[in-house]
Amino acid sequence: MIRVEDVHVTFNPGTPIETRALRGLDLDIPAGQFVTVIGSNGSGKSTLLNVLCGEVAPERGRVTIGQDDVTAWTTHRRAGRVARVFQDPMAGTCEALSIEENLALAQSRGRRRGLRASVGGAERRAFRDHLAVLGLGLEDRLEDRMGLLSGGQRQAVSLVMATLNPLDILLLDEHTAALDPKTAAFVMELTDRFVRDGGLTTLMVTHSMRQALDHGARTVMLHEGRVVLDVDAEQRRGLRVEDLLRMFERVRGEELSDDSLLLG
Amino acid sequence: MSLIAFLGAIETGLLFGLVALGVFLSFRILNFPDLTVDGSLPLGAAVAATLIVGGWDPYAATAAAMVAGALAGLVTAWLNVRLGILHLLASILTMIALYTVNLRVMGKPNQPLLGEQTVFTPLEELGLPYYVASLLLFLAVGLAAKLVLDWFLRTETGLAMRATGANPRMARAQGINTAAMTLLGMAISNSLVALAGALFAQSQGGADVSMGIGVIVVGLAAVIVGEAVLPARRIVVATVAVFLGSIIYRLVVALALNADFIGLQAQDLKLITAVLVVVAMTLPGMRRRLRRRREGGAA
Repeated sequence: MIRVEDVHVTFNPGTPIETRALRGLDLDIPAGQFVTVIGSNGSGKSTLLNVLCGEVAPERGRVTIGQDDVTAWTTHRRAGRVARVFQDPMAGTCEALSIEENLALAQSRGRRRGLRASVGGAERRAFRDHLAVLGLGLEDRLEDRMGLLSGGQRQAVSLVMATLNPLDILLLDEHTAALDPKTAAFVMELTDRFVRDGGLTTLMVTHSMRQALDHGARTVMLHEGRVVLDVDAEQRRGLRVEDLLRMFERVRGEELSDDSLLLG
Repeated sequence: MSLIAFLGAIETGLLFGLVALGVFLSFRILNFPDLTVDGSLPLGAAVAATLIVGGWDPYAATAAAMVAGALAGLVTAWLNVRLGILHLLASILTMIALYTVNLRVMGKPNQPLLGEQTVFTPLEELGLPYYVASLLLFLAVGLAAKLVLDWFLRTETGLAMRATGANPRMARAQGINTAAMTLLGMAISNSLVALAGALFAQSQGGADVSMGIGVIVVGLAAVIVGEAVLPARRIVVATVAVFLGSIIYRLVVALALNADFIGLQAQDLKLITAVLVVVAMTLPGMRRRLRRRREGGAA
């Protein structure tokens, strides 16, 4: 159970470039739910993710994971419960390290790191099994540098890394936006499989309304730092992108420019 | 070049390989350009020399010097991660502060070690000539430091440190306390440099407050020359390259100073070093551009 209550975030407060990214955002996500989040640029999608993982501290409001108020927890302290896949394939993995070293880093997420060897025989066998699931042949390239992999391969490995350990919430930050359509479809397919198999509580931010409606069980739309639309599975059935746009216009009572949201 | 000059270059190369190993850890692994070393090398020398003259066992004095170096590294890292001072500036501040600290430790600008027991004394008592004794000792210490660092960087903590330098945002997302890793890494780095300082003082017969000037450039030169000579992906090879670079650097300098026809003298050392670093840093890039131009011409 994830709860975000009345969260406010302002960037560069008191300066001419002051930005009120979140203005009293409320969001409850029951355990095991897959929520997709849409919104135009500057609506607060990324800030919401950053607040959930701890990179940005809210100036007001509360973030609860399970029974714990984690508002003041640093990123690394939350890492045992929050896993994240970044938009930029370069950001979520370490290109200078090998595939197995990247997986080893993820394996230790939320545990104390000691002076044991980071990659041993047992780990290597487990990593091979985890990578084989992807069907990309990466299980035979454990010692290759991450930098040698394509963007799609890196995102696939990022997904494996995120789900290697038990977690309370999986954050997907437009994780297919930097990929070509075919690769994006492959990564989304993997995502659906991982989320379903693991029964993972998931928050996926996306630019694509189509993607938002096609995946998960609930779609939330942000605008000016608040939740303006919250469509559950029942209401979503048969909903088209145009319907979603119309609902949004009705709620806001204003015209939404076409180029601020991708319809694809 | 005479045999003595040759052995001398190897010996100094091995000793400054320790400095280069520290610089490798800060610059390359942690991605933290650290100039503290200009202060932590004489700090190690000053602490060891003062304690030895004060009657300490030379090994204990050398260990104390390493602790002092680690503290210096901690200060720099703390200024950066806790107070948010730019890493380069933080290290310069510590370096300047250490100049005073070193004068205070010795109570004077230099501390001679004439006739004192040093870590070399037991080897010399075996009847080994002085230059062989120090060569052997530097080789053993350098090898030990390399092996320990190789091992450490492959542990869970060491891997976390490498991730901290390579991609801090990803490291934090994987639950790594990047601030703690920076503190730890800088402490290890500067303790290696202080160890070099302590050994240097004992082999040169004393510590001097100005012995640290330009050490960072020498260490960097070794790292860069090593990478140019032996490009490595694996840590085990990269740490060999660091020592190789340090020795090659010393040999080049010795050759340049020994070649009378060039007319270079001992006081030209720092200028040669600076030029060498610039050449080593720009050469790989220039070679790539040349190759591209040639391929472009062929197409």
